[in-house]
Amino acid sequence: MSRYTSATDADRKAMLDAIGVGSVDDLFAEIPEGVRLGRPLELPAGMAEQDVFEHLSELAARNRHSDVETSFLGAGMYDHYVPSLIDSILGRSEFLTPYTPYQPEISQGGLQVMFEYQTAISELTGLPVSNASVYEGPSAVAAAGYLAKLETKRTRLVVSRGLHPHSRETLVTHAKGYGMTVVEAGLDDRGATDLDALAALADEDTAAVFVQQPNFLGTVEELGTLGEAAKRTGALYIVAADPLPLGILESPGALGADVCVGEGQTLGNRLDFGGPSFGFFAAADKFIRKMPGRIAGETRDVDGRRGFVLTLQTREQHIRREKATHNICTAQALNALAGVIYLSWLGKRGLVELGELMVRRTHYARETLDLEQINPGPIVRELAVRVPDIDGVFERAREAGINPGYRLGRDYPEYEDGLLVAITERRTKADIDRLAAVIGSVREEVPA
Amino acid sequence: MSPATLDPRTDEQTRTIYEKSVEGRRAFVAPELDVPEVPIEELLPQSARRTKPAALPEISEPEIVRHYNGLSKKNFDLDSGFYPLGSCTMKHNPKLHERVAALPGHARLHPLQDPEHAQGALELMWNLQVALGEVAGLPHVSLQPSAGSHGELAGLLVTRAYHEDRGESRHKVLTPDTAHGTNPATVTMAGYEVVKVGTDEHGGVDLDDLRAKATDDVACLMLTNPNTLGLFDRNIEEIAAIVHGVGATLYYDGANLNAVMGKSRPGDMGFDIVHFNLHKSFTQPHGGGGPGAGPIAVSDRIEPFIPRPQVVRIESDNGHGPRFDLDHDRPKSIGKLRGFHGNFGVFVRSYAYIRSLGGEGLQEASETAVLNANYLRALLAEAGIAEYLPIAFDRVCMHEFVLSGRGAKEQLGIKTLDIAKRMLDHGVHPPTVYFPLLVDEALMIEPTETETKERLDDFAQIVRAILEEAAEDPEIARNAPYTTPVRRLDEAGAAKNPVVRQPAR
Repeated sequence: MSRYTSATDADRKAMLDAIGVGSVDDLFAEIPEGVRLGRPLELPAGMAEQDVFEHLSELAARNRHSDVETSFLGAGMYDHYVPSLIDSILGRSEFLTPYTPYQPEISQGGLQVMFEYQTAISELTGLPVSNASVYEGPSAVAAAGYLAKLETKRTRLVVSRGLHPHSRETLVTHAKGYGMTVVEAGLDDRGATDLDALAALADEDTAAVFVQQPNFLGTVEELGTLGEAAKRTGALYIVAADPLPLGILESPGALGADVCVGEGQTLGNRLDFGGPSFGFFAAADKFIRKMPGRIAGETRDVDGRRGFVLTLQTREQHIRREKATHNICTAQALNALAGVIYLSWLGKRGLVELGELMVRRTHYARETLDLEQINPGPIVRELAVRVPDIDGVFERAREAGINPGYRLGRDYPEYEDGLLVAITERRTKADIDRLAAVIGSVREEVPA
Repeated sequence: MSPATLDPRTDEQTRTIYEKSVEGRRAFVAPELDVPEVPIEELLPQSARRTKPAALPEISEPEIVRHYNGLSKKNFDLDSGFYPLGSCTMKHNPKLHERVAALPGHARLHPLQDPEHAQGALELMWNLQVALGEVAGLPHVSLQPSAGSHGELAGLLVTRAYHEDRGESRHKVLTPDTAHGTNPATVTMAGYEVVKVGTDEHGGVDLDDLRAKATDDVACLMLTNPNTLGLFDRNIEEIAAIVHGVGATLYYDGANLNAVMGKSRPGDMGFDIVHFNLHKSFTQPHGGGGPGAGPIAVSDRIEPFIPRPQVVRIESDNGHGPRFDLDHDRPKSIGKLRGFHGNFGVFVRSYAYIRSLGGEGLQEASETAVLNANYLRALLAEAGIAEYLPIAFDRVCMHEFVLSGRGAKEQLGIKTLDIAKRMLDHGVHPPTVYFPLLVDEALMIEPTETETKERLDDFAQIVRAILEEAAEDPEIARNAPYTTPVRRLDEAGAAKNPVVRQPAR
């Protein structure tokens, strides 16, 4: 008997009799001889649960995860603390195992969660309309590009070089499909988007201008000023934001963004080697009928009771087919639930307190590391520095059980000796001091 | 706050977490500030600082837990009941998978960890690639796409890259009129024009129509086999020959793969590109609308174009075991489709499933899925049901089948929607309704292999009871459901005046 099925031989016989065939093979008679496999799949034999557990545990043990080293790795995903109540609530079958709420009468829990999530994202981004989630950050950027195409019919997208390298590449991949070109505005000598370069590129053919807040180097961008330049020729202003620092940073909506998208991992989601997390997508009111993905809305039932439904579905693929505003179907409902629980746990004041803690520790790190700044301007959780003998630093840090951060040279040849250091609330003063000591000890050995 | 829209007589149970907020309450306690308390004004310029705090709830931890537990109880879910939702493959979600996905070596692993220190994760991904390639009959797998629709987009983008690499420019993609809505939506997003292909009297692709439309301007035919009627297209070899004859690719929508694992492989049918829904055939829980994952498998000629990076296995030449790495140096790749490497947590669950079942177990899962579907088809073909809900195409089906509610509408005065809503009162999730589009008042039923015979017997009895009841008094079904947390909702009103967030405070 196969795992997780229940048909006994007696069941099978009774069922075949009812169908009116002699064997299970008869049910596959429709498959032409030429395309039958005719042999067992060449896969390892099935195993008992405890053996599968052992195997997976053995694989997991060969990964150096964030509990066994002091990690300053960020660059798009961050080691924030995930409170216990999230695992508890997400583990409930009623949230873990339902399908998409196409039958609203028996899905009010999931639909109300979406409504509450949309409210939280709307609050953070300062934009009135949020959908119920998209896949993740970089593909959310690509989805925003598609909205810009639908809205403006223009052909060009301008991106800041401060946009995450994965977002830039993902945008190019998708734009090739929907027939747009992507051009890049560089960074200035303070690690912020070069305003003049961006203004020069945002022309009459430009459908949208993309800026990230904080940008990939950790720099807090001057969103208002950049937005004025972006919108001068009628392009949409799209901000890719980390939602967590938006407790202390002015909302993109208040600074002129038409659309705000981003990676939601920082809101109560695991690292999970890069996914699943969720992407968010928020926009100004006028885009509500051009948004991608599912949206929950409030309504009443026939008895006048308040309830929630998936709404504006005529945008979506299952109704509108080739005229849909996006092809997305399954998104990230469970991960978005983690996001809204996390934001409720932090609460109105906690979000600010956490932001302020990160800013103070990050500035402490900037002073303590005492290295040449690639981005000397405002930062909140991440800083980019030039490190003498960066190979030596990585080697020494590894020995000390420290992961010093992300090597910027992998994506930015101009910062070949650059290190991107993330300071979440899990990295204490003592951790930062240890990193500084490692870098200091290597620096002393480097010939001036 | 007390929102003006809330009616305390009926709405107490639907208060949102924002409506439960009381100023001064909290759950979060910040870690100790162990660095100097520099005024924030000195660290962030005023132009960057938030002026109005985000209006998140102010609420204690016990109340958060009660709030979300309370909401959970208004959801129907697979662990509690039968979910014969066609095309969605609502099979059991093994509990082992949650345990192994939560191991810190998986859950707490940063995606940018040096591959040398993520060998377990990369080996798992490699092993999953190999296994999915074997199931598909196509050797090269990219795990990156985030869900089925993302896999479809990947499939058309690699098709475009393949043709451009040959110096060809093609503009059309063929989709059958039975296709999932994601197919035509994907075609548009990938910059192609949709051309529909008709269905023949047996429920398969209309070969004459296909021949007429398969011109050298066609880039791809997107197909699922078995199709959305649950029928295996017996002409698949001929279809593949026609499509390949004009230089187009043949794309397999893996939504229905649960019917044929270990029985027939898309690659052997002639498909060039396949996407998998790991949240369907491979047990990732649906989570109320995700997460999923939509890996693709492709043939040799498509391989250079798949997304990057790709997990590769490097054999050791010094007696050690193999090591695994991420190959970014793929010049013809379409590039990244998303951040990092895909939904790794989903890969862990699907890999655990494949290792639990093995090849024979996967084959047996498909056999049982098809057995269950045909048994339920037979039960619903009995007198008292079939005259109201005739099967759309009367053939042996694969893992699902489609009934038409035309008879019930005409003879009993109840629509498919009414039958579906009345099922809610019986404690089962309704089938997929009004799809595929070519069947009038369609009900699309997929029981999956993890249901018992008794469950299928019960379901048939429920259908019979609903029809018998409607023959007596159709008003009961027309006004159903009655026992759910809310009854039928005003969807038109919701769309006309959208309220998509809590009103700002």
